[in-house]
Amino acid sequence: MASPAYSQISVQLPQTSLLRDSRWYSVSHLSVKERIDKKRKAALIGGGQKRIDAQHKRGKLTARERVELLLDPDSFVETDMFVEHRCSDFGMEQDRNKFPGDSVVTGRGRINGRLVYVFSQDFTVFGGSLSGAHAQKICKIMDQAMTVGAPVIGLNDSGGARIQEGVESLAGYADIFLRNVMASGVVPQISLIMGPCAGGAVYSPALTDFTFMVKDTSYLFITGPDVVKSVTNEDVTQEELGGAKTHTSVSGVAHHAFENDVEALLNLREFFNFLECHDPSDRLVPSLDTIVPFESTKAYDMLDIIQAIVDEREFFEIMPNYAKNIVVGFARMNGRTVGIVGNQPKVASGCLDINSSVKGARFVRFCDAFNIPIITFVDVPGFLPGTAQEYGGIIRHGAKLLFAFAEATVPKITIITRKAYGGAYDVMSSKHLRGDVNYAWPSAEVAVMGAKGAVQIIFRGKDNQAEAEAEYVEKFANPFPAAVRGFVDDIIEPSTTRRKICRDLDVLASKKQVNPWKKHANIPL
Amino acid sequence: MAAHSLSPSLYRLLFAVKYASLHSRCCAVHKKAQYSTIYNPSEKTFEKILIANRGEIACRVIKTCKKMGIKTVAVHSDVDSSAVHAKMADEAVCVGPAPTSKSYLNMDAIMDAIRTTGAQAVHPGYGFLSENKEFAKRLAAEGVTFIGPDTHAIQAMGDKIESKLIAKAAKVNTIPGFDGVVKTAEEAVKIAQDIGYPVMIKASAGGGGKGMRIAWNDEETREGFRFSSQEAASSFGDDRLLIEKYIDNPRHIEIQVLADKHGNALWLNERECSIQRRNQKVVEEAPSTFLDSVTRQAMGEQAVQLAKAVQYSSAGTVEFLVDSKKNFYFLEMNTRLQVEHPITECITGLDLVEQMIRVAKGYRLQHKQEDIPINGWAIESRVYAEDPYKSFGLPSIGRLSQYHEPLNLSNVRVDSGIQEGSDISIYYDPMISKLVTYGATRSEALARMEDALDNYVIRGVTHNIPLLREIITHPRFISGDISTNFLPEVYPDGFKGHQLEADTRRELLASAAALYITAQLRSQRFLGELRVSSSPVECNHWELCVELGEQRHVLEITKSGNVYTVEVDGGEVEVSGQWDLASPLLPLTINSTHKMLQCLSRDASGNIVLQYLGTSFQVRVLSKLAAELNSYMPEKVPEDTSSILRSPMPGTMVAVSVKPGDTVAEGQEICVIEAMKMQNSLTAVKQAKVKSVHCKPGDTVGEGDLLVELE
Repeated sequence: MASPAYSQISVQLPQTSLLRDSRWYSVSHLSVKERIDKKRKAALIGGGQKRIDAQHKRGKLTARERVELLLDPDSFVETDMFVEHRCSDFGMEQDRNKFPGDSVVTGRGRINGRLVYVFSQDFTVFGGSLSGAHAQKICKIMDQAMTVGAPVIGLNDSGGARIQEGVESLAGYADIFLRNVMASGVVPQISLIMGPCAGGAVYSPALTDFTFMVKDTSYLFITGPDVVKSVTNEDVTQEELGGAKTHTSVSGVAHHAFENDVEALLNLREFFNFLECHDPSDRLVPSLDTIVPFESTKAYDMLDIIQAIVDEREFFEIMPNYAKNIVVGFARMNGRTVGIVGNQPKVASGCLDINSSVKGARFVRFCDAFNIPIITFVDVPGFLPGTAQEYGGIIRHGAKLLFAFAEATVPKITIITRKAYGGAYDVMSSKHLRGDVNYAWPSAEVAVMGAKGAVQIIFRGKDNQAEAEAEYVEKFANPFPAAVRGFVDDIIEPSTTRRKICRDLDVLASKKQVNPWKKHANIPL
Repeated sequence: MAAHSLSPSLYRLLFAVKYASLHSRCCAVHKKAQYSTIYNPSEKTFEKILIANRGEIACRVIKTCKKMGIKTVAVHSDVDSSAVHAKMADEAVCVGPAPTSKSYLNMDAIMDAIRTTGAQAVHPGYGFLSENKEFAKRLAAEGVTFIGPDTHAIQAMGDKIESKLIAKAAKVNTIPGFDGVVKTAEEAVKIAQDIGYPVMIKASAGGGGKGMRIAWNDEETREGFRFSSQEAASSFGDDRLLIEKYIDNPRHIEIQVLADKHGNALWLNERECSIQRRNQKVVEEAPSTFLDSVTRQAMGEQAVQLAKAVQYSSAGTVEFLVDSKKNFYFLEMNTRLQVEHPITECITGLDLVEQMIRVAKGYRLQHKQEDIPINGWAIESRVYAEDPYKSFGLPSIGRLSQYHEPLNLSNVRVDSGIQEGSDISIYYDPMISKLVTYGATRSEALARMEDALDNYVIRGVTHNIPLLREIITHPRFISGDISTNFLPEVYPDGFKGHQLEADTRRELLASAAALYITAQLRSQRFLGELRVSSSPVECNHWELCVELGEQRHVLEITKSGNVYTVEVDGGEVEVSGQWDLASPLLPLTINSTHKMLQCLSRDASGNIVLQYLGTSFQVRVLSKLAAELNSYMPEKVPEDTSSILRSPMPGTMVAVSVKPGDTVAEGQEICVIEAMKMQNSLTAVKQAKVKSVHCKPGDTVGEGDLLVELE
């Protein structure tokens, strides 16, 4: 199907043959043909060579170079190359201010054979600003993507609204937002921020499933440093205010950042790539038998477990630098994509707090929306106490994760590696929230709380605390209380975890589960 | 508090041990047993032996005990509670916390363990308490057999000066020399002539090789005398001079002896251990390329004379220095099982641990001197968790995330005490294993060693395989032209890894490109099917840019079936293989030669790290388009945050393990923060000196607080 873009073919058609074979063409036909060629050529160089050079100088690629690198060779089929803006104010109607295709390149193509719709904002044309026509082009491919059920990738590099167009530009943003919302949960949407993205424009990436950024050359903010200075008198650089580091480690707005344009696009291809491989599904992982330290106060790296279990040790982590006490990301098990959620004992003991709850909840809901099974590794000492958390609304935010796990109907497999304490045990894809398969490692402790705290409450004021503690540990600090009640299906050797998960996923491939009909649920926002 | 933390640990320990036994992949099973000993089940022996050691040597001893039907007791520190040796033994007793002084050297705790388990004998392995006469005495006092020589021999050979005197008396060659006041140059010349040239002259008080002069004739002796006596007086205020035979191109060759309690002693041939760094052995072999049968016999006989002189029993080693003219001189005697004993076992067929146990039980030796053969050749490489690029090896630590020993190859023996998932910690020796290969000839054993090193999968810690592989393939090593100065002579500017030639460089580039394309093609498939049925004709020709070091190469690749033909730098390379992207090993056929490469990492940005010829090389593979566009990407200077350690979370400082001026290794613990009732260990990101410490135990720290600054 993927024939080369017809635009290129027609540009290359020799003029002479046209003349010879089409003698009956009228003069006007000829001029139309010439105009077509001229427009196509103009569209291909966007804002012109000077601006392209400037773009390169900033360490950025052009809109078309980006599309070419992102998609399989010769797979891009462009739409709306002839669309031009319709503004007639401020001299915009003049020919020199008209660019075929306006400030965005749109179309469809393939990534390793998989169909995607793409828009790539062209900073060389009016700084990539969003005109009515620009928005219309984006909306068109989003509608097409929805019709055929293909993902949408946006490559954002835009100075903001086309001020000359005023409210028309704002209307364009709203049109895109509406489509982002309508497409949410229907087709995956990914934004890669490759330049500025400011003002109202930021809400489109915010509505998509994943937002990736390029380090040092991309920014996301509601208002720039100048406005910040005039309103709040804060001195802040673009990078500090809305650079990749801020959004991947502080605000949690972006899910990943890459070194430069080329690496970002290559990694985006990889992200689309969670596909088959030949890692034996019955492979044992002996290293897992010793990974959980004997002392329950000692940390270990949950990533060690995840990498050892998944196919080819390949794990695409989402938000690796934000709320590091929870680990989320994609991997493959026996060739099939799975979503992985794990508490990270190495960071803040793997406790749940506001940020980690929100991070986890959003990821779980993405997986559920797109039928990706969820594998959860639990080592959680509880929710983080403190005024900062309570005032920040840990109750409300923690509920999101609980809500997400409970409503998810995709296959859910849970492995308790060590602690599963208190309410956090319930939250982390427990049996009670319709977990399909729940395992405990021999090191698991499912309990309301740690021994010391529990004993202080049960045996308040009694002398033999140490003895009572030992009794509590003997009774509760092990997998049996949960296993005898059927709250975990089995206690398994850690080294067999991969084998067991692969088998369960095979069986669960035909899982069907429906939530009660409703207009929509009311997740605590 | 302590009681409560102990009991869940014990609880889990029981569990882990139970499960571990189900899938015991820890102990190396030899494809081909390399000692041909037949164990006599009717010979009465000990019922239970405690092994007062850890790691590979503990496992090694346990293996023989199992064959002999003896029950074993392991001792371990708390961090070693799931270590291989603790799991392999029938019983395991914790003898204290991680530091060796509190666990493996803790005689009280070990004596307790002996009493509670009822062990009748103790094998001390090497190191730790193996040459500790106090320990041997305490065992004797409680009627427990020490598997080793008696205290008299340990004491006699433990003292450097005394051992030399005994050796001299037993007519063993010692390095001739004079230590005392020399009045005139002529007196010095006379001494030198008595010793025989070349001689070494230095001030007695000067340590090591400081101020050392070498004299090959009378004139140089006079000059050396003047220089050294001046220095002795001015620098040290001590007139004494040391004039000693100078050993040129010294080789370290040692004789294994085995003696019983009935006055019988044998020599089990030699081991050459000349390849050393900082006086630690790296590669050993048996026999030595250098000895002829006459020298061997002379050395063996002297070693036995020495053993007999101290009524030695058990296995021991007499170390000699051998000069370029095959003169040999006694260095010292080690009254224990040596690290490198497996190579002797390979060529003699004896199980030395079994012999030690028999002798300790009071049996006579079964063999006569003429029964001891030299069958074939054995090489041992000590595989260390070390960075060989820093002074031939600085310790590195970490968790073995992937680990496969090359036991699929025949004639390979791996003595190790770790397994996948084990931690290499700062507390103990960073040795990962002893890799031994055996062959009918030296070249066979060497070729097998190359294969074994290429097939050895170690991930998670830096290791010295690059250095080992370079040593065993170096022309000087192959020809046997070695001495204890081998490493500094061959690598005067330090070890830099394998240096690629034009052809091996092409092979590496071609392999990386082929691997890249395999991964690309795989991405187009889903569960075995092409994702797009109507995809254009499958591509079988590519142009790629591959960067290696500073250089960029343009490669043209054509694929036909499983074979990639790669044109690079004007040459053509043909690469084929099974291309299993899940396996760490990459068995390839390059220009119809089998080569084992390893893929260490591969990412979406085209970075591929391959281990080729022992050394790891980073290459970057990009499509032509990506390479072209990549030229617009700005160079970024990585921000150096490795010098500052900030608190990653709020918590309480439990321990600070460094003080200003300390040198920390990469990955070494700097401090421990307790948060959420959990202890989080913060480690150094690089090797550096500690500049300042801004926290102390008990401090409450907030997130982002500066804790420690490195230089």
